[in-house]
Amino acid sequence: MSEWTFIALLLVTAFIFPAIPIVAGTLLGPRKPNEMKNSTYECGVETVGDTWVQFKVQYYIFALVFLVFDIELIFLYPWAVAYNQLPLFGIVAGVVFIITLAEALVYAWRKGALEWL
Amino acid sequence: MLTFSPVSVSFFIMALFTIGGGLGVVTTRNLVHAALFLVLSLFGIAGLYVLLEAPYLAVIQVLVYVGAISILITITVMVTRRLMGIEETYNRQWPIAAIISGLLGAGLIALVVAQFGALTPVADVPVDNIEQLGRAFVTHQGFLLPFEVASVLLLAAMIGSIVISRDV
Repeated sequence: MSEWTFIALLLVTAFIFPAIPIVAGTLLGPRKPNEMKNSTYECGVETVGDTWVQFKVQYYIFALVFLVFDIELIFLYPWAVAYNQLPLFGIVAGVVFIITLAEALVYAWRKGALEWL
Repeated sequence: MLTFSPVSVSFFIMALFTIGGGLGVVTTRNLVHAALFLVLSLFGIAGLYVLLEAPYLAVIQVLVYVGAISILITITVMVTRRLMGIEETYNRQWPIAAIISGLLGAGLIALVVAQFGALTPVADVPVDNIEQLGRAFVTHQGFLLPFEVASVLLLAAMIGSIVISRDV
């Protein structure tokens, strides 16, 4: 349990650390709003049209490809943890697993599923 | 009964994340916010796995659910038409649904409490449980065949999803 204490501390810090400047800025900062300050991008280009647009359905394939490789991680993570205790046979078995999924990547690549539209 | 130890305080914080995130998912009218609430809820479940001394499940929960499933849902929302400003109530039967799901939830809680009561661990978790799982994945005595079949299954899933999504 003890090593999780550090993660819990990191978690609490991660919440508090950005909260302090935001709260301090709200409490201490002077408030003199004008039109320029209230614009969404004070020193950027104005957006054209509606910001909440519908994206192309083709982008969904990126999420699916990512999901498949993320599921692969479930199996490879324990394999990688046990890596330095495995015999050669175990290493080869893991490599065969990776090669099979590399085929999937090659297929997605050759079919043009990874091309940004 | 109710003692304030670091574990119980962590449990209540994580339970708050899980239930609060779940409530946020079903109450917000903005689909993007609902997806973010879902991430919060799934993250709380990862914390509960840690408290149950299941670190492998916790890591998988963060990597797969918080990482990939939430991205899948976010992109689903992004490709959905009219994701903002749903004002009208689509489902007029929500009171009936609330009663039925409330009864179902109460029944499940009663069943779990009656069946299991206070939870006691059935076995000690070995310290090197992830290493043991990793070794079991790639030995004959373990799960070598399911391990390799899983990669073929993922290959089939990838090819299938590409074929279906490109031929629309």
